[in-house]
Amino acid sequence: MTDQDNTEINVTHLARLGRLAIPSSSHASTAQELQNIIAMIDAMQSVDTDGIEPLSHPLDSEQLLRADVVSETDSREAFQNNAPKTEDGYYLVPRVVD
Amino acid sequence: MNWESVIGLEIHVQLATNSKIFSGASTHYGAEPNAQACAVDLGLPGVLPVLNERAVEMAIKFGLAIGAKINLHSVFDRKNYFYPDLPKGYQISQFETPIVGEGSIVIALEDGTERTVGVTRAHLEEDAGKSIHDLFPGQTGVDLNRTGTPLLEIVSEPDFRTAKEASAYFRQMHTLVRYLQICDGNLAEGSMRCDANVSVRPYGQEEFGERTEIKNINSFRFVERAIDYEIGRQIDVLESGGIIERETRLFDPDKDETRSMRSKEFSEDYRYFPDPDLLPLTFSQALVDKIALTLPELPDAKRTRYVEQLGLSEYDARALSSDLDRSEFFEVAVNACNNAKQATNWIMGDLSAYLNRNSLEISASPVSAAQLAVLITRLDDQTLSSKTAKTLFDGLWNKADSSQDVDALIKEMNLAQVSDDGELTRIIEKLIEDNPAQFEELRNGKDKMLGFFVGQVMKMTQGKANPQQVNEIIRAKL
Repeated sequence: MTDQDNTEINVTHLARLGRLAIPSSSHASTAQELQNIIAMIDAMQSVDTDGIEPLSHPLDSEQLLRADVVSETDSREAFQNNAPKTEDGYYLVPRVVD
Repeated sequence: MNWESVIGLEIHVQLATNSKIFSGASTHYGAEPNAQACAVDLGLPGVLPVLNERAVEMAIKFGLAIGAKINLHSVFDRKNYFYPDLPKGYQISQFETPIVGEGSIVIALEDGTERTVGVTRAHLEEDAGKSIHDLFPGQTGVDLNRTGTPLLEIVSEPDFRTAKEASAYFRQMHTLVRYLQICDGNLAEGSMRCDANVSVRPYGQEEFGERTEIKNINSFRFVERAIDYEIGRQIDVLESGGIIERETRLFDPDKDETRSMRSKEFSEDYRYFPDPDLLPLTFSQALVDKIALTLPELPDAKRTRYVEQLGLSEYDARALSSDLDRSEFFEVAVNACNNAKQATNWIMGDLSAYLNRNSLEISASPVSAAQLAVLITRLDDQTLSSKTAKTLFDGLWNKADSSQDVDALIKEMNLAQVSDDGELTRIIEKLIEDNPAQFEELRNGKDKMLGFFVGQVMKMTQGKANPQQVNEIIRAKL
């Protein structure tokens, strides 16, 4: 283990960011698991990467582009059959106001 | 204490593509809710984004226009947050390596001076959908038609010290994206929105104060009002011993104030990471060079040309070149009538007044540029007087028919100046006969009487006589 051990992991905060329901009884074990992951990443940090280009994708390839053409037709009805609640073409969700 | 404000803008420009940035759904505005949201836009399992080449080209074009570094290699990242109008739970954006790097733009301030403003970067991203809070009681309606509309987010340096400077920059960017034809510039439909970062600091202090961000401002006027309000609010808080919290605020144009948007105890944390669904965006310098050839004459170059080659005043040149449609109208008219001064006067004068009165844009002008050019030509060849030209303009406006032949209308409205010597001479001889005393006075050197006679002739011809010609005929009688 490294000095990252001392990093305080705020499970409540992280759970909220990820919209995850983590019962408070497992906060301690979750924090420990995350600590282990950080330790693993720390180990990788120690590799000398001088002169190596950052890798943003594992595939050694380039982004293909598509022509700017409308290819989709209105499939609202089919999609909305999957939705719990719709009205007048809108998807309805519990009220959210900033 | 004297305070100085520091302002930066993030402008979101909807790129005028036909289809979305990562899907083949239409971007057309005004469709039925969710009629243009496909499986990719909805974030259904198993779909993959494929980048729209037009959006890339438009971003490059913009970068070239602001003299920015174009990054031949850029990366798409996921910006993670939860909101119902963002079905994937993340927005595809560019974080560390944007397509457009540092550039700059020149803005004109009200006092006529110019300032160069730094643009930090511009990156490609997808727009979110729309949440409708007031249509369904207790619920929020979600329309995902806007989801995936390509956006270019243009981030300025914190270079503005007043709200006016910030709004001048917003306007200048609007002019530029319209010139480049990468955005329809329709603010009312949300085609261009901006976020303003505002902070204040004691005058002379080096470091910035804590800033707040005002989200989603969609009009030139609101930018100014929102920033001015926020500057005042921050100064009030600081002067009464409070501290500014870093937060996101919304501008309410009805109350003319900003208010806090998100709970403060919960800091934003977007956890950006490279989107594994998208490979790095890589293109050649050759593509950039090819796009450079498609750059139109930009507003500044146009303005300079109007001053130097067409002899317009700096003010007129700026006013005409600041709007693409207006400059095109002007140029069509000038090319046809070859009288830049008159074209300027008509466009800035009568045409603008008529358009304003009817809340019309110049692109919807009932009088076409070609028609205005003929009108000016007929003024120049003295078929029309300045008075009958105005009557003709009104007639053309009311016809609202760009196929209306102007000369035919001059005839129809009987507006041509009476330039037939014979007819004018007859009228003048009759006048002299009816007003012998006045004519005697004129003959004895009372030049004021000339005005009387010319006036009478104009009256009798309903303003259609050529005053210069009338003058000559009367003088010949003396």
